[in-house]
Amino acid sequence: MPDAPNIQPPAAPVETLKVKVDGREVEVPRFMPDPLSGKPVPTTMIQACELAQVTVPHYCYHPKLPVSGNCRMCLVEFGTPALGPDRKPLLNPDGSVKIAKSPRPAIACATPISPGMEIYTNTPAVKQMREGVLEFLLINHPLDCPICDQAGECKLQEYSVDYGQAESRFVEPKVHKPKRVDLGPRIVLDDERCILCTRCIRFTRDVVGDDALGIVNRGGYNTLTAYPGRPFDNNYTLNTVDICPVGALTSKDFRFQMRVWFLKETKSLCTSCATGCNILIGSREEKIYRYVPRQNDAVNSCWMCDAGRLNYQWIGREDRLTEVRGPTPELRGWSAVLRELTRVLAAAPTGSVAIVASARQTNEELYLLSKLGRKLGALTDSVPRLGEADRLLVHADRNPNSQGARLTGIAGEPLGANLARIAEGIRGGTIRTLIVFGEDVTRHGIGADLLSKLEHLVVSDILPNATTALAHYLLPGCAHAEKRGTFTNAKGRVQKFMKAVEARGDARAEWDFLLELLSGLTGEKRWAGIEALFNLMAAEVPAFRGLEWKALGDAGVSVPL
Amino acid sequence: MIVKRKKLSLWERLYLPAIIGGFLVTVRHFFRKKVTMQYPEEKWVVPPGYRGAPYLVKDQSGRTKCVSCQLCEFVCPPKAIRITPPGPDGAPNAGNVEKEPREFEINMLRCIFCGYCQEVCPEEAIFLMQDYSLNGSSREEMIYNKEKLLALGGVHQDPIRKWQHKADEAKDQGVAP
Repeated sequence: MPDAPNIQPPAAPVETLKVKVDGREVEVPRFMPDPLSGKPVPTTMIQACELAQVTVPHYCYHPKLPVSGNCRMCLVEFGTPALGPDRKPLLNPDGSVKIAKSPRPAIACATPISPGMEIYTNTPAVKQMREGVLEFLLINHPLDCPICDQAGECKLQEYSVDYGQAESRFVEPKVHKPKRVDLGPRIVLDDERCILCTRCIRFTRDVVGDDALGIVNRGGYNTLTAYPGRPFDNNYTLNTVDICPVGALTSKDFRFQMRVWFLKETKSLCTSCATGCNILIGSREEKIYRYVPRQNDAVNSCWMCDAGRLNYQWIGREDRLTEVRGPTPELRGWSAVLRELTRVLAAAPTGSVAIVASARQTNEELYLLSKLGRKLGALTDSVPRLGEADRLLVHADRNPNSQGARLTGIAGEPLGANLARIAEGIRGGTIRTLIVFGEDVTRHGIGADLLSKLEHLVVSDILPNATTALAHYLLPGCAHAEKRGTFTNAKGRVQKFMKAVEARGDARAEWDFLLELLSGLTGEKRWAGIEALFNLMAAEVPAFRGLEWKALGDAGVSVPL
Repeated sequence: MIVKRKKLSLWERLYLPAIIGGFLVTVRHFFRKKVTMQYPEEKWVVPPGYRGAPYLVKDQSGRTKCVSCQLCEFVCPPKAIRITPPGPDGAPNAGNVEKEPREFEINMLRCIFCGYCQEVCPEEAIFLMQDYSLNGSSREEMIYNKEKLLALGGVHQDPIRKWQHKADEAKDQGVAP
């Protein structure tokens, strides 16, 4: 009804136009958001090709950075409809639109598309241009692939195989530049390998806002360098290693640790703050070698912070808890300890149990713990962990799953509000059993003196601490890299992570033994995998209603908070 | 099926002629040149290009040629090779080569002498040599470590010396190699 006063105008339809990529017609939006400002800017040929699922090789272009257009690798041929004197498209004798092919190629990353444009990405001329660009790039390249950490994920290697020449025609001495330059606390620079694409410069200037890098000298002597006298040190420096298409910028942490082709990549999440950056865990033979960011435009784009990226070594620590322990040395093995624990918890009077969960645990585990808490009539809470936020990715909440703790009902309001009441209860003698998961409560107001007053202290953790030392029941748990599960990030995005490495010793995923404990307590024999457990939780927790493990996909699903 | 037996002739039934014939062969061979070799005192000289056990080599200046690129470990069909990369410190004394394996192990019980490691090596650091009979008294002993492999491999007279060449070229241009 056009005259109804409060009808919203329909959202402006996306303006599209039709182009042909390698003879195949695709309809693409006329404008795409600028990677930095988000304002609509004309769609470029490389974006149209991407939408047509044709990959144009490129070095300096990066979808999340401003266009620079310096590497010339994405040169393509194109044509536009030929117009007659009357500004109408000319037609071929067969009635098709006549295309006037551009006499010169254009760089696909910086050339906007126009209606009816035809893009040719694999003509002999385009192949020859790529070959030429590669020949120039390799003139001064040191070819030290055997000692280069980028080997195996190097675009120069890949494109040389795909489009390059087998042999070099260059016989003159190569220009030598500084090698092993200590650029900052986490980055090593090899200027000989640099192909001067300026991705790192644009990233640190435009995305991070730290104009730290630049190119000095001229021509063949062009050299990437940091601002003199100032180390390249912000919390996002290691992203330059990811976006560097060659091995010029390499990570000190990953330097000479393992060749990348051995690394198994597992889709996972960073646990260092509530942002929940998507990552890939690189592991080989049950050892984690590195985290790299995984693109998720709803969370972290293509980036992650250095602190989160380097926060993996603790998973492989030698002093990990690997033995399940009961109150007496005779009690050993999971089934015996859990059976005894079930007996103890079943006998505990209502109100005599308290649970301190961790907001570093998964949604499923917190859900099971809150279920356990309700069954036992327990006072429950979790521990807040706060830090300083920045304007890019780091969140002030340093727990990966505070929202999960809230939504599953395990946490106090605000998080940690019940901790003092639990301490009071132990002091007063009303709380006789304390169940602690993944936290050292001696550092959060429940000191060793209080813990020693307890009848039963049940602790599950990954690394030893003052609380685990006092535990009557010690249940070794798993790091997130050793199990599957989901986290809810600060904005309410439920994301899942997969298992990268096996847990050591007795250590077992918390959700797994919690399920066993709960089924022992309730008498319901319900054995479920993580998928079924998640779906069960989605059915029971109102905030997760309607979610399904399978539907979470790789990027996760947002829930209203 | 019934096999029909041929009836033997008298000459054949006599038995002795066949025995004597056999002895004649023996006697003939008795005076011929011997073909057996007194192994292990005497050893077979393998032809050039023979694929024996893989060993590591050093170059003329005594540098371990292997740079721990781990391509041999990757290509090895029976997974006999295990390399421990040097880690962030690299090889402090290797100059512009930067890298050297911390440990290099070949399990000779697994090795099938296929030569892929030699073929794939970009540094000409591993060669299949002449040794074909390796033995030891335990499985552990048959895992050759870097030290042992280098001692067995000896020196390779490298005509190219690319790292040296790179260092010299850089020095000529006034850049630290």
